[in-house]
Amino acid sequence: MKNYNFSDTPRVDQVGIGDRINRITARSIKHDAKMQGLFMALNMIDLTTLEGADTEDKVRQLCYKAHHLADDIEGLPTTAAVCVYPNFVKLAVNELKGTNVKVASVATAFPSGQSSAEIKLLDTKIAVDNGAHEVDMVISRGKFHSGEYNFVFDEIAMIKEACGKDVRLKVILETGEIGTLDKVRQASDIAMYAGADFIKTSTGKIKPAATLPVTLVMLEAIRDYYYETGIMIGMKPAGGISSAKLALQYLLMVKETLGGKWLTNEYFRFGASSLANDVLMQIAKQKSGIYQSNDYFSKV
Amino acid sequence: MSRIEILKTYKIYIGGNFPRTESGRFYQLKNKDKAIANMCLSSVKDFRNAVVAARSAQGSWAGKTAYNRSQILYRIAEVLEGRRAQFIAELELMGSTKVNATKEVDLSIDRLIYYAGWCDKYTQMYSTVNPVSGSYFNFSVPEPMGVVAVFAPQKSALLGLITQIATIIAGGNTCVVLASEQLALCAVTFAEVLATSDVPGGVVNILTGKQTELLAQFSLHKDVNAILYCGTDEEVKKTVRFNAIENFKRAFIREDGNYFDEKHETPYYIFDFQETKTTWHPIEVIGGSGSGY
Repeated sequence: MKNYNFSDTPRVDQVGIGDRINRITARSIKHDAKMQGLFMALNMIDLTTLEGADTEDKVRQLCYKAHHLADDIEGLPTTAAVCVYPNFVKLAVNELKGTNVKVASVATAFPSGQSSAEIKLLDTKIAVDNGAHEVDMVISRGKFHSGEYNFVFDEIAMIKEACGKDVRLKVILETGEIGTLDKVRQASDIAMYAGADFIKTSTGKIKPAATLPVTLVMLEAIRDYYYETGIMIGMKPAGGISSAKLALQYLLMVKETLGGKWLTNEYFRFGASSLANDVLMQIAKQKSGIYQSNDYFSKV
Repeated sequence: MSRIEILKTYKIYIGGNFPRTESGRFYQLKNKDKAIANMCLSSVKDFRNAVVAARSAQGSWAGKTAYNRSQILYRIAEVLEGRRAQFIAELELMGSTKVNATKEVDLSIDRLIYYAGWCDKYTQMYSTVNPVSGSYFNFSVPEPMGVVAVFAPQKSALLGLITQIATIIAGGNTCVVLASEQLALCAVTFAEVLATSDVPGGVVNILTGKQTELLAQFSLHKDVNAILYCGTDEEVKKTVRFNAIENFKRAFIREDGNYFDEKHETPYYIFDFQETKTTWHPIEVIGGSGSGY
């Protein structure tokens, strides 16, 4: 890895980003392309429940839903993964045995990340030991704002080490607390160079969560990193993506920024809970010609 | 120098906002071959958006106290009273006589007051305590159906429209209304009244356009709980009733023309859009007979 100065990351053209987003949202995707996009979006969802009120039964239901999205529609994929708190990992792994659905766990004192290194390591280890395939960590935004980029870098590297080679690490920047697009770019670069397998926008606990402009900046960071190193990093916008139309716009943006290679759930995910139902309703509408109701799809 | 008159752009009313139709289409309103306005020719997508707005507004509208809904209906009447002259002028523009227009606007205001009064009373009318032979307290109460799709009367521009809307929202439902195709001016102006009278956005959504284009989705949409057709076309009635089966919507037919008649002031119009919920509540045996209630 070449020597990289994180105080001097590329600056973002905010007006240019806005303009690009305007052009993306003005496009409409219809018919066959829409159907393909909808199926693809379902297959990229990390079906998520991260509430204080989560119960074992809720996690069980979520796991069931992940591979039985709507049994009356033929040929549906499963979601990519379920995303839960570390204490539910063992249960989720058990529930999803024999399926393609992976288990992702948040860790490192999610969602604030305000804790000691020991706690964060232990948090990660518990998730990994219980069989999580993926770990979603949060960066220390406080340290980032204080300009302690090395601290942030080292922390990510430490967690990646704890994950090992086989467990993929998603690094949550929490862009809603980071502020400007320049800072988002900077945090993305730090995360990727420190060993992230995915970079992720948000915890879903802070508003604004994922937005198109922020995601575009992160995708461009991934592209530049790929040009530099040849390594493909994944992207996961999370929080606030609840309509199929918006999901299709994200897919369009990925395709046009990074290319078709990224259009698999190996490299792109949606962190969402209500998106799946909206996509399912759109698929049912495309098939039947009749507008659907949420009442006919399972709520988790 | 003479002043250039500023003409109003008539738009549609969805979720408390006044967008143009997403389709960008329009049709012309005429009175005796004289063009009077361009109206939005709403598409099925506009209808879909309106249903989404109506659905998301329904829970909190039904959750308001009956007394508060009553106040809000009264408030609509107040604001309408303040715009009396404008509505009379619009009805005249669409071909009504001054005398009839005045009568229609006045009765519309009175009708809103009438239904405002019913908001916190119809529940008593239609609730019951039911005799059962067991130790249960068994009671039934009316609850709103949810989202109602409405084809407003073609011949009654204001009074017919208001009668439908009032009876639906008084009972805690929200609605998506397609205004009369040719007498559509008042419907949009009435939306302005709604927007400024404490009615939360999404409770009433008003579209303008052609019934023939929207009939299928109005009657098929699975997130619509009831449909009301005010008209006389037998084919349309058949389609409405048949398509309603798709998701077991309630289908209602009301008349098109004369809404001046007193028979249109009845709590049964509110009851039309209520489902009855019955609760079995376990209790100890009460009363000497041992049969409870």
